Amino acid sequence: MPNMNPKKIPMPQQAPDVRNKNFEEVEQGYTNDMAVEEAKRCLDCKHKPCVSGCPVNVRIPEFIGEIVKGNFENAYQIIKDTNALPAVCGRVCPQENQCEKLCVRGFKGESVAIGRLERFAADYHMANSDEVIEKPASNGIKVAVIGSGPAGLTCAGDLAKLGYDVTVFEAFHVAGGVLMYGIPQFRLPKEIVQREIDSLKVLGVRIETNSVVGKLVSVDELMREEGFKAVFIGSGAGLPAFMGIEGENLCGVYSSNEFLTRINLMKAYRFPDYETPIRVGKRVAVVGGGNVAMDAARCAKRLGAEEVYIIYRRSEEEMPARREEVHHAKEEGIVFKLLTNPTRILGKDGWVNGIECVEMTLGEPDESGRRRPQEKAGSEHVLDVETVIIAIGQTPNPLIKDTTPELEVNRRGGLVVDEKTGLTSKAGVYAGGDAVTGAATVILAMGAGKTAAAAIDQYLKENY
Amino acid sequence: MFRIAKKRALNPQVTLMEIEAPRIAKKVKPGQFIMLRIDEFGERIPLTVADFDVGAGTVTIIFQKVGKTTMALGELSEGSFILDFAGPLGVPTHLKGYKHAAVIGGGLGTAIAYPQAKALHRMGASVDVVAGFRSKDLIILEDEVRAISDHTYITTDDGSNGSKGFVTDVLKSLIEQGNHYDVVIAIGPLVMMRAVSNLTKAYGIKTIVSLNTTMIDGTGMCGGCRVTVGGEIKFACVDGPDFDGHLVDFDEAIMRSQMYKASEREALDRHQCRLEGKQDA
Repeated sequence: MPNMNPKKIPMPQQAPDVRNKNFEEVEQGYTNDMAVEEAKRCLDCKHKPCVSGCPVNVRIPEFIGEIVKGNFENAYQIIKDTNALPAVCGRVCPQENQCEKLCVRGFKGESVAIGRLERFAADYHMANSDEVIEKPASNGIKVAVIGSGPAGLTCAGDLAKLGYDVTVFEAFHVAGGVLMYGIPQFRLPKEIVQREIDSLKVLGVRIETNSVVGKLVSVDELMREEGFKAVFIGSGAGLPAFMGIEGENLCGVYSSNEFLTRINLMKAYRFPDYETPIRVGKRVAVVGGGNVAMDAARCAKRLGAEEVYIIYRRSEEEMPARREEVHHAKEEGIVFKLLTNPTRILGKDGWVNGIECVEMTLGEPDESGRRRPQEKAGSEHVLDVETVIIAIGQTPNPLIKDTTPELEVNRRGGLVVDEKTGLTSKAGVYAGGDAVTGAATVILAMGAGKTAAAAIDQYLKENY
Repeated sequence: MFRIAKKRALNPQVTLMEIEAPRIAKKVKPGQFIMLRIDEFGERIPLTVADFDVGAGTVTIIFQKVGKTTMALGELSEGSFILDFAGPLGVPTHLKGYKHAAVIGGGLGTAIAYPQAKALHRMGASVDVVAGFRSKDLIILEDEVRAISDHTYITTDDGSNGSKGFVTDVLKSLIEQGNHYDVVIAIGPLVMMRAVSNLTKAYGIKTIVSLNTTMIDGTGMCGGCRVTVGGEIKFACVDGPDFDGHLVDFDEAIMRSQMYKASEREALDRHQCRLEGKQDA
């Protein structure tokens, strides 16, 4: 009999006033018993609506069925079959907009906690499996993957399993892309990302760090001089957007990219043991309403800020961040200034000392379907802050397209690709993830990496 | 891992290293920079490439021991390794089409100005080099500079080499004497580049400066290196490091360079404590 409890089994987590002072993982995962209890809430629907909501089509009812039976390793293998990074996705996927959104249990209560169960199976595997990954026989055909974020890692893994000789080029000194520099430790422990990368290396994937494609070597040179028969570009959306308002260059103003990279990649939260510094004032304003804004605000709190504001120009309903992240941020004491928009950043002697904002009201829906925010006249007010973090989005980095003339880009700087294959305007060159879409989600990038890997395989089989 | 093939002290504070990085050596051009990280705990710092040797596969960096990272780098011996070394980054200096150039180096900036002077000289331009140092003991690369320039003027703040004054004093008198320059390249501390730019603006001489700002990645990702140039925000890492000196908002750049002074001090003090602790043990 299924468990008909309308609520998900809650996941143990650190108490808000404890966790907002440390960088340990907030959510601590289900125990075996909790996982089985939660798995029993699945009705094993014949039409499997959840699967169609998953960008990589994880066979959800099937893996949950294995958890019910206590076959946790089997559950993991089923997920792994279509999802290269289960431990990552179980933690950072926006399930409420994907698989869980379509779950039948969600109509009269809460959906099955698919994400938590995915995470459980992946963590179980990491802790208990003695599986030895075997390196597939090589077919000797070289493929280059540019960028080692979720799109690149997925594409590299799939191609390596098919026997291709895959080299991943990463600009930073460690692989992982946004999983390493962007998403904080307390949401996605870096050790987990590292294990996924290590398992790719076992498959034979070579990772060349410190390799800035477009500068050190061009796509053309990789293909012409270094013998790569196909290239996948998964270089992400690395270019931070600023608002173009007065005071943005004052000391104490960060892009979210810089703020998070200092903390996550360079481990500034462990300064001075790690030597990269970060400066966080007593009062911090984070501008933006996405997951990146939530991450930045929660990091600032953990680094000792007393007051942390999220400043967002629309209402909570329009916030692009995952509901769970908004909820966590509120629990941790982040103050939400909604329907508020910054007009300038104020400073003294070169340092930030305030942010001037106006109140907004929502008008008619704009082209994104969200109601357009409009300024309320005479509503200017100043929040006293010492640090401002701009988290209003990122666009693709132009380094690669600038050095590869045949690559076509759209007006937002995204590479133009055929959606079904990821093929760019240049033969043998594929792309996916944020480099194509602009900043989106880990799982969409993984889906694109997967699609491209299949297309690259097809292309190489036909041509070599 | 990148091996230190050669190490040489140019003066008590400035060290030259040739780093084995054949792929970078093959690609790098004057004006570009690299990012390095010494070890797992280290900061990523940008250093402008001072020279390179495609045959030997080496890239030369010259640095002054001013902070924790450069101090620790200076302690590494020949034959040891640097963990991370990425580049070449930034846009190479546009050197084509100039016939008469004045290349101005301030202190360590002379090391960065040197490859530009050398390239201009090779391209057939007449090159006058003006290099300024605080005192005689701090003069670097004098022979190298003399070898590739038509005239070399070395000046010291305290006059200890027999020529007292700032680089701007020398440049001003050269211009006043009727020397015609179609470009001035000025590399050194921000205040020196500001002074040179203010001077040349009055004479309408095109001036290129090289900005070595704080940065994390060096590829356009963090925006920490942003500067205002001609009223627009530019990233020193991808739009520079070279900019038109007459358009750079130097006051803002100087202000922004103060952002981490306190933390840098802390890291340096801690490093020096450890060194002294080691010596005691």
